[in-house]
Amino acid sequence: MDRQSGSVNHELLRSSENLFTETPFVRKKKRTEYIAKSGFLLMALLMICPLILIVGYLFYKALPILSLDFLLANPAQGMRAGGVWAPLLGTIYLVVISLLVSAPIGVLAAIYLNEYAGDNWLTRFINLAVVNLAGVPSIVHALFGLGAFVLFAKMGRSILAASLTLAIMTLPVIIAATREALGAVPMSFREACWNVGATRWQTIRRIVLPNSISGILTGIILQVSRAAGETAPIMFTGAVFYKAISEGDIFAYGLFDQCMALSMHLFTISTQVPGVPEALPYGTAVVLLGTVLLVNAFSIVLRIYLRFRKKW
Amino acid sequence: MISRHRLEALAEPVIEWTIRLCGISAIIFVFGIFFFVFREGADFLFRGLDLVEFFTSPEWYPTSVSHKRYGVLALIAGTCSVTALAMLIAVPFGLGAAIFISEFCGPKLKETFKIVIELLAAIPSVVWGFIGLTIMNELIIDLFNAPIGLTVLNGGIILALMSVPIIVSIGEDALKAVPDSYREAAEALGATRWQVTYKVLLPAAKNGLLAAVLLGVARAIGETMAVLMATGHAVKIPYSLLDSVRTLTATIAAELGEAPVHSDHYQVLFIIGVLLFSITFVVNLTADLIVKGIRNK
Repeated sequence: MDRQSGSVNHELLRSSENLFTETPFVRKKKRTEYIAKSGFLLMALLMICPLILIVGYLFYKALPILSLDFLLANPAQGMRAGGVWAPLLGTIYLVVISLLVSAPIGVLAAIYLNEYAGDNWLTRFINLAVVNLAGVPSIVHALFGLGAFVLFAKMGRSILAASLTLAIMTLPVIIAATREALGAVPMSFREACWNVGATRWQTIRRIVLPNSISGILTGIILQVSRAAGETAPIMFTGAVFYKAISEGDIFAYGLFDQCMALSMHLFTISTQVPGVPEALPYGTAVVLLGTVLLVNAFSIVLRIYLRFRKKW
Repeated sequence: MISRHRLEALAEPVIEWTIRLCGISAIIFVFGIFFFVFREGADFLFRGLDLVEFFTSPEWYPTSVSHKRYGVLALIAGTCSVTALAMLIAVPFGLGAAIFISEFCGPKLKETFKIVIELLAAIPSVVWGFIGLTIMNELIIDLFNAPIGLTVLNGGIILALMSVPIIVSIGEDALKAVPDSYREAAEALGATRWQVTYKVLLPAAKNGLLAAVLLGVARAIGETMAVLMATGHAVKIPYSLLDSVRTLTATIAAELGEAPVHSDHYQVLFIIGVLLFSITFVVNLTADLIVKGIRNK
């Protein structure tokens, strides 16, 4: 009797052990899971490593030349010496002017799409146009800028023509970011405002815009980084290989002047000019890359900060 | 106070019409781009260009003195080879990374990855081109004993790195759009994360992932500066990864500055622009329709 119950217990114990030990099937399942997970991690890491390696290598190569003088000196000796003052100032001009054009148009377009447009064929058409505008190759934007602004509007190759080309190119960035910011304002805010008798535009100006202004700002900052890095659209519309300007004068360019630009300068000294000392293009690349990454990082930090601060 | 009210009442229609005008600006610009690019090339397109020769001849001699020939087959082959190689690398890695970020990692790691991808997407194309010209060039010469490192391989890798961010972010959106109830149902049946991904998520999100790949392709086809600097300048149909090529975009960028305004050569470059615009238009449209299809379902 005793023995029997003992053996029953023993069997129960063994079967319960079996219940929790892994069968070959479960082991295989876990192994596949592990392999899949580490495989995907590896893929994700392989994407990130290049960024860190490349940025690190560029900085390492540029280190001997980087200084404040490099930023504030003009290119000299046929661009084989000196700094990046003229291109840097040109890029700032191009970015600011293109921003002055694209920010109002982009923000208003997003307001239309988010606040006014109904669900009809026109809205679908506009959405399609925005998607396609974002997908047009940069060199086609350059052809457009050359055909429309430089030749048709008779602006000539000038900062104005190049900035307008950049503005149209970066419009989708601002529209997308602004729409997202406007869409994040709860509908109840608008309804409350309409209920006290405000018109549509009053609601937008007093309620919707103040509540989304910081999100719109992040979009505008992103536009800055995009416009600063572009080369192809400005190559034939306003940027030139070389133009002498006075050092330290921030009003050195006029609206209808041609200008140098950082991105174009990097292209020129790394492919068109023979005998450039090695550190010079690396230095230029780092200034360009550093500007763009800093601007982007600023936008990211702003976004994270806003997410924490959000009241609703 | 009354006058201020009246002013506002007067201003409101003006403001609303301005907003409407800006709303349709995107349509105006897209048509404007097509119109002005087409306009510059239209004359030669209708007057003298042999379209059959244009698309089937690999002979691109726009500046030849005796016999000018405008065949873009070699340029199309250049674009296709570089794009295809880029996609061979970027699609598995991009989708793999999208799956990892969306399904396998915690919120903190996810945020970090997304920030890095955003920064990766922000690197200007001319900097990528410079990387191809210097670092990749030396690497390829050392590794393959090649005479020159500016090849299909170089351009393909650079383009892959450039289009990975867009594939990851759109692919991740597509995976995020799959309802959580699908995951929960599969996990309740005892499926592991990998099984959920493989058997449930991939079939459910396949259209969105396809759209991500298409947008990556569009980006790779349209990229200019990076391929201009990284693929060398040889107008020929490539037979190996270590051949130099030239793409459609790079040809425009390299030759537009030298072609006299309104010459045949200049107009042909605009016709190539129209061709590029049409290709990316179709690819983007397809991707957009696929994404819309998902949202409506």
